[in-house]
Amino acid sequence: MEAALGLMRRIPPKHSVTALSALVSLLPDHSSDLLSQVDQPLQVLCDTESGKEFILCEYNRDADSYRSPWSNKYHPPLGDALLPSDELRKLEVEANEVFAIYRDQYYEGGISSVYLWEDNNEGFVACFLIKKDGARTAHGRRGYLQEGLWEAIHVIEVVGPEDETTRYCLTSTVMLSLTTDKESSGTFNLSGSIRRQMRMDLPLADGHLCNMGKMIEEMEGKLRNSLDQVYFGKTKEMVCTLRPPSEVVMRLPNS
Amino acid sequence: MAEKECELGDEQKKEIAKWFLLNAPSGEIQYIAKDLRSVLNDDKVYDEATSEAFPLYNKFHLICLELPCRSGDVLITPYNELEENQFIEPRTAQIVTIDHVKQACTEARPAADEELASPYVEEFRYDLFDFVYVFVETSRKDGLECCALDAEILKYVEDAYPKGVCSVYCVDGKDAEGPGCNFEFAVVIAAVRNSPKNFCNGSWRSVWNIKFKDDLQVLEIKGKLQVDAHYFEEGNVQLDAEQEFQDGTIFQAPDDCAISIANTIRHHETEYMGSLEASYSNLPDTTFKDLRRKLPVTRTLFPWHNTLQFSLTRDIQKELGIGK
Repeated sequence: MEAALGLMRRIPPKHSVTALSALVSLLPDHSSDLLSQVDQPLQVLCDTESGKEFILCEYNRDADSYRSPWSNKYHPPLGDALLPSDELRKLEVEANEVFAIYRDQYYEGGISSVYLWEDNNEGFVACFLIKKDGARTAHGRRGYLQEGLWEAIHVIEVVGPEDETTRYCLTSTVMLSLTTDKESSGTFNLSGSIRRQMRMDLPLADGHLCNMGKMIEEMEGKLRNSLDQVYFGKTKEMVCTLRPPSEVVMRLPNS
Repeated sequence: MAEKECELGDEQKKEIAKWFLLNAPSGEIQYIAKDLRSVLNDDKVYDEATSEAFPLYNKFHLICLELPCRSGDVLITPYNELEENQFIEPRTAQIVTIDHVKQACTEARPAADEELASPYVEEFRYDLFDFVYVFVETSRKDGLECCALDAEILKYVEDAYPKGVCSVYCVDGKDAEGPGCNFEFAVVIAAVRNSPKNFCNGSWRSVWNIKFKDDLQVLEIKGKLQVDAHYFEEGNVQLDAEQEFQDGTIFQAPDDCAISIANTIRHHETEYMGSLEASYSNLPDTTFKDLRRKLPVTRTLFPWHNTLQFSLTRDIQKELGIGK
């Protein structure tokens, strides 16, 4: 299993869908582990009732159907399916509304979904997803990207409250793919995924949504910076090491 | 019963294994092979897959292997392959046999005359090579008539690529006796930097095909550059960039051809490097912003407490049709 995850870390991100299905077919006994631990590009369905789109993931799936956060119904319809409790559903509805506004502020478009469900322990688990397609043909406004995709998956395990604070454990994954469009430079594709975790103990005074929202906002900001400075920066550094730009070239001593 | 139907046959497993190996980033095929062996849990399939995939990978990635007795390096490319596992190294005039899976040379022998290019063609090749590598082998220069292209490329690569390796191969018309014949060279430049401890690997590969057209007295130059970089601490980020070029120049004496070709290559590659840099500098401000802003337009963090204000603003904006 570790070897399988090792393979996923090395295969180019653009091939991750093929790689995962290959691994699942080679290791059928580990398929549920693989599917839950390896993040895949997010798929979307349209909720026929509300006309809004929602994101598909393991957390709103039951058999082959997916539950819409807008109507709370499964698509395709499923009898006797898993649904969150009334209380959780109320929080879920509010979360979807507020998160949609957050999404609009930062992403200026895109699709978001939030799913909540009861945990075996004392708390619950929440999954916040965002999918933004920034390609020129989709929502991209500035027109630089031929292809551009940002997908974020935030899973928060909420335990408590215990002694006036509640524990929130966040695991965030951002998957990114950029292809620039400049005719003169041929193809330039930069893609990848990073994953990070954060844990906080917070009082419930402001409510779950506020606590979780702030964590996600902080995490997304950090991941965005990381991707930009560290990751893209490192690959650029590598290229410049391979072939220093002309101003920097120094005469090497004869070997 | 369902289990049996889903189980893969050996042939399918082998194809999957090959796919993983062929898609390994530069310098990482051995790591992928190790993980793959574990996942496959079937040495027979593993051996078959590696014996088929490694040769393709090695030639595609233009890997560089050390010659036995440390007499230099040999590039493994489709352009200098004589037979399976046998490659010619023109600078030292040797034929090497390699083990693809181990990625090492197993033996080397001097090349026979028929295997090398004719002196007429070799003159052009060597000059070009030498000009790139500032490395004068006086005995050789005295002995042979200058092999122009090889020399020029050598000089260029040493200048531009700190860890670059290059070679010039004759891919067509090597037996051309004298003027009046066409022949073709492939210039291969490969620079690889593997730093697994820093979770970073990368490679730059250029292949330039040069057709010497004696009848038209021109040289047709076509180039393809490929750059990969992989950073994998805490994640998996990869750069994949590629560009093709076309150019031409006139057919001249070996020395002059060599200089002209090397300059053309230098010009295009430098320009490409510049545009890569430009793409990278555009990233944070423009392209990335298309995906996710650093902060909302308000330049403040999201007011999780008080979202009512925002939803009102959004509704008003919609009503008045105000875009951003």
